[in-house]
Amino acid sequence: MSLLELKNVYKIYGELHALDNVSLKVEKGEWVSIMGPSGSGKSTMMNIIGCMDKPTKGEVLLDGVDISRESARNLTTIRRDKIGLIFQQFHLVNYLTALENVMLAQYYHSMPDEKEALEALDRVGLADRAGHLPSQLSGGEQQRVCVARALINYPEIILADEPTGNLDEANEEIVVDLFHKLHNEGTTLIVVTHDPEVAEVAQRTLVLRSGRLAKEIVNENFTGKIHFDESEGFRKEEVKAANGIQQPEAPQKSGKKKGGKK
Amino acid sequence: MKKRQMYLRMITASLIRRRSRMLVALLSIAIGATVLSGLVTIYYDVPRQMGAQFRNYGANMIFTPSEEGFTLEDIQNAAAVIDSGDLVGIAPYRYENVRINAIPVVAAGTDLAGAQKTSPYWKVEGAWPAAGGEIMVGAAVAENFRISEGDSIEVSFTPEMEDGHDVVEDTYLDFKVTGILDTGGSEEEYVYMSLADLESLTGSAGRADVAELSVSGGGEVLAQYEERINQMGSPVQARLVKRVTASETTVLSKLQALVLLVTVVVLALTMICVATTMTAVVAERRKEIGLRKSIGASDRSIIGEFLGENLMLGGIGGILGSVLGFVFAQQVSIHVFSSSIRFMPMLVPVTILVSVAVTGLSSLLPIRGATQVDPALVLKGE
Ligand SMILES: Nc1ncnc2c1ncn2[C@@H]1O[C@H](COP(=O)(O)OP(=O)(O)OP(=O)(O)O)[C@@H](O)[C@H]1O
Ligand SMILES: [Mg+2]
Repeated sequence: MSLLELKNVYKIYGELHALDNVSLKVEKGEWVSIMGPSGSGKSTMMNIIGCMDKPTKGEVLLDGVDISRESARNLTTIRRDKIGLIFQQFHLVNYLTALENVMLAQYYHSMPDEKEALEALDRVGLADRAGHLPSQLSGGEQQRVCVARALINYPEIILADEPTGNLDEANEEIVVDLFHKLHNEGTTLIVVTHDPEVAEVAQRTLVLRSGRLAKEIVNENFTGKIHFDESEGFRKEEVKAANGIQQPEAPQKSGKKKGGKK
Repeated sequence: MKKRQMYLRMITASLIRRRSRMLVALLSIAIGATVLSGLVTIYYDVPRQMGAQFRNYGANMIFTPSEEGFTLEDIQNAAAVIDSGDLVGIAPYRYENVRINAIPVVAAGTDLAGAQKTSPYWKVEGAWPAAGGEIMVGAAVAENFRISEGDSIEVSFTPEMEDGHDVVEDTYLDFKVTGILDTGGSEEEYVYMSLADLESLTGSAGRADVAELSVSGGGEVLAQYEERINQMGSPVQARLVKRVTASETTVLSKLQALVLLVTVVVLALTMICVATTMTAVVAERRKEIGLRKSIGASDRSIIGEFLGENLMLGGIGGILGSVLGFVFAQQVSIHVFSSSIRFMPMLVPVTILVSVAVTGLSSLLPIRGATQVDPALVLKGE
């Protein structure tokens, strides 16, 4: 049984089909990227998977439970127990320190454990920033705190909606490296991104277009490079264009990342 | 770490690190609590204050003789019925026709110290007579006789004709005028001297025509005293001066009702103010609420956290309010009633409790709004 399965999922806002008959499966331990132009329904899908929203139609099976039929209260419980969320805007509680922000997730999940929270901060390289308020941290550091918070309760799935969207390259690399570690530990990752650099390191890339699953690119060797689908004429450059990214990638960076990953 | 510890750590962090925001909320709570505890203090202290004030407006009980007049001793005996603590002052009066410059005037002899207590509102230009040989002249008399403060006057008395005597000798006494009495009432037509002086002038002692008493206590207590004195079978007839005592009670209850009304209005205003502030606070923290929900906070924990913060604010506001409220009541008391207020220790916990309850109550709706935040919506925007 797949960890996550979407069966003919629709999300309809009036006339707009934000999700239009989406079906997909994600296996346990898989690392999946989701790409697509702005407004293609990526966040909508993530919100549904993340138990923050319900589909208009269709089934969403998470760990065998159809979350499209659960009450709001149950969804909160499922989200708390199974899902770790990472957002583009770092979203930390601004009057709590980095450590307290991580402990907050423990608090709602089970028991706050300062030692464990510190270890999580250490994993993202922020042990020495534990007592800082978000305003005293850089954007990259804030996002790493968010990663620490997302992983603290050992969730089944980590859902990251453009986690590197507001980060510079150096911080992007740090976060992607953290994803590698989590993946190696068996965590299921679903990462929405506009950035092919970030997308290509996953095992699979799903491309959404106007609420439909337009393409699925399997990174067979999982070497971190998107395999070109000749029949569809899919190219990295196209993905970039679809996402409105003009700048060509710096080849150096790509190479460096691949080296660092292995 | 226990959950409760984390909870406390969170809400104190919210209060301390969001100081400037919280101060606004705290301010409205503290002001409300201040006015409340101040008004309640005044509400309870007003009877005490006003009782004293009204007693200032003179005698509220009068002794009159039943038939043939009464003696000073009768008055003493009747007054003994009244608790010494309740008896503010007693002044027996004896009135005699005397002459000044051969013109008849009524002289009142009294216990001058007692009369000052039963008639404290009398406006005296100069001073009350303090010793023998001193006299206070009513303003009307003073005008007629062109007497002013510091003058010396001669008062004469013509005894009643006794059997077997053709001629009676007038008696004379010299007095120094210490003050002119200005009441705007009939008191201005008399002259006032000590009872002893009047007795030596007239040559007869121990009698009085009337006695005025100032007695503290509510209407019921006064009525009881009145009844007990009248049942003694002495020549003393006690009578409450109904006009004063009745108005004392009605004015008091009206004042208290007014204070109560203002208290209720202030309470309502405070609640509206707190509710408004809390609504703003919730609106401002929508992102945070959405975030908390997204990492698994149930509606109950959101309510718990906001309520906890607000109750803590209510508590702090209550503590501030009970201190400032006393200061406020004290100022009002000093400036309005010219006397200081009694500190009521019970009012401190009551103020804090009420403040906590009011804050909690008025933040219920805003907090309900917090639970309705949709995390998916608030977290996606920039
Ligand atoms: N609450 C809503 N009400 C109405 N329309 C909505 C709502 N949320 C999303 N939409 C619409 O659904 C479509 C998909 O939105 P979604 O946020 O999933 O896009 P996205 O792929 O995440 O885009 P981006 O890359 O810009 O984040 C958009 O056209 C959006 O306007
Ligand atoms: Mg999006």
